Amino acid sequence: MKFKSVLSGVLLAFGFGTVAFAADVKVGFVYVGPVGDYGWTYEHNEGRLAVEEHFGDRVETIYQESVAYGADAERVINTMAMQGADLIFTTSFGYMDPTISAAKKFPNVKFEHATGFKLADNVSTYSGRFYEGRAIQGHIAGKMTKTNKIGYIGSYPIPEVVRGINSAYLHAKKVNPDVEFNIIWIYTWFDPAKEADAAKALIDQGADVILQHTDSTAPQAAAQQAGNVISFGQASDMADYKPFPRVSSIIDDWAPYYIARTQAVLDGTWESTATWDGIGPGMVSIGEITDAVPADVKAEALAMRDAIANGTYHPFTGPIKKQDGSDWLAAGETADDGTLLGMKFYVEGLTGKVPE
Amino acid sequence: MVIFGIDLVLLISALMISATPVLLAAIGEAVVEKSGVLNLGVEGMMITGAVIGFIFAVNTQTPIYGFICAAIAGALLSVMFAVLTQYIMSNQVATGLGLTMVGLGLSALIGKPYEGIKSPTLSKIEIPILSDIPVLGPMIFSHDAIVYFSVILVATVAFVISKTRIGLVLRAVGENQEAAHALGYKVVRIRFLAIMFGGATAGIGGAYISLARVPQWTEGMTAGAGWIALALVVFASWKPWRVLLGAYLFGGITVLQLNLQAIGVAIPVEILSMSPYLVTIVVLVGISLFGHHTAPGSLARPFHASQ
Repeated sequence: MKFKSVLSGVLLAFGFGTVAFAADVKVGFVYVGPVGDYGWTYEHNEGRLAVEEHFGDRVETIYQESVAYGADAERVINTMAMQGADLIFTTSFGYMDPTISAAKKFPNVKFEHATGFKLADNVSTYSGRFYEGRAIQGHIAGKMTKTNKIGYIGSYPIPEVVRGINSAYLHAKKVNPDVEFNIIWIYTWFDPAKEADAAKALIDQGADVILQHTDSTAPQAAAQQAGNVISFGQASDMADYKPFPRVSSIIDDWAPYYIARTQAVLDGTWESTATWDGIGPGMVSIGEITDAVPADVKAEALAMRDAIANGTYHPFTGPIKKQDGSDWLAAGETADDGTLLGMKFYVEGLTGKVPE
Repeated sequence: MVIFGIDLVLLISALMISATPVLLAAIGEAVVEKSGVLNLGVEGMMITGAVIGFIFAVNTQTPIYGFICAAIAGALLSVMFAVLTQYIMSNQVATGLGLTMVGLGLSALIGKPYEGIKSPTLSKIEIPILSDIPVLGPMIFSHDAIVYFSVILVATVAFVISKTRIGLVLRAVGENQEAAHALGYKVVRIRFLAIMFGGATAGIGGAYISLARVPQWTEGMTAGAGWIALALVVFASWKPWRVLLGAYLFGGITVLQLNLQAIGVAIPVEILSMSPYLVTIVVLVGISLFGHHTAPGSLARPFHASQ
């Protein structure tokens, strides 16, 4: 008896404790890989940690790693909403439909879906203009390749990835007309062994530059092992592989956005929006270009970065033709966001087809 | 030797490297299942082996110590499973799944300081005379020690299971635990040892991913290889040489399709990407049509001497 009453006393105190110190807002994050991937998910988690640091006790964050696409994703999102999350960030393209479906069930919860295009009253979308960074990578790759073969590891054939390939190719081709892109689709965001196998297959085929649109650092390790191959950090700096093979990187900086959106929920001013920011606003940044890159190439790359940032240069500026030879952009014309967001075609010169 | 723009020598040697982790884990699990135990914790033991192997290889700068420690770590983790399922009679499926979760969590925790660190790489051992054979030499006889080890292990397991007394006892325990018990064999002890063997090989398989195939430590880096190993055991109808065949077939087609994509073959990528799975299904159907393919009779059944 005595034990029981002590126990209930403890439970009661604990219960009151949690009520007394409950945060004003609970924010959930759904991740596609582990936070230790040192790529995509790592940077989203850095954003989450920035939210915790910025708001302190006012905000509580929860997260779930390595959530599979499909039914599993919806279950995780629903569980977070039922646990009392007020704002949920679903940080991968494949969570689009599960997010929309969960948003219907929980109209009072705000949802933010990364890299997608479906909006609802309580669903916003947000993404970075990664293709701006790809333009700079393409420039460096085109200048530095000796075999004129550039290997590209694609995850899923979604517009975001296709856009990156087109942007990198256009800028590599511009400085090196002989350049060739070999593309491998591996249909996963995170599988280090498969990413490494793909990198090795590309290197075996003569590629001396590896561009990756997958989340782990495995392709960097494969490039390092090969010895004479350069690579670029993807989504995160991947600084462990500096100064060679990793010669530069695209870094996604989600922290300011996550803090602003959490603040909006706290203030009650949150609205459904579609955000797509690039190098200018700082959502995309270019990691250090190492000394492995010749000084003149580095200067050109930095100049391009600055031109993109201040809006004087758009990576998709005509004349550009589609792969089938039809005209896409006339001379001087720049691509509109609608076409870019739905991009499912290659530009002229790329071989192979975009898988359906 | 280049066929359709693919260098066969590079392809076959890449295939063997790619298949080795799954092969090691699967041959161990085959022995475990032959003894009548279903351990679904292969993924957990592999990832633990991957992280422990990496840590010891980095600190000693000797990859082989990494593999030894990975085997010990995998075996120790499997002891947890063995104690729970063999003495406390917990459900094997639930305990195995639990083991996977423990392994994934534990490895992420202890691996944190080792992210982004370079590991010493295994050197290739060129087998004298054999490696001088044109084409075949660089293809098959120019690998690191673990690739050879995995093939020798398959041969040993195949021999022990089918040709020795130990193998006969192991099979008896797995096929009919009551009969084996009645004959005086220590069912629980034999299974305990089989489980530890499976843990050790899964650990080595995991370490091969972090020390040779990638090579680096990344959280969650086995990414489902343990589940493929489990499927492979069924695919192979619990026969050691078929485990090897299945691993090389699956690994081979995976590597082949990546290479075909890299050279830009005019086959739709969707078909290439699903080809490893398609071929697996086709072979499975073939086996079930023509082969003898029954699971060990006492698989996943709990045993207690009092029953």
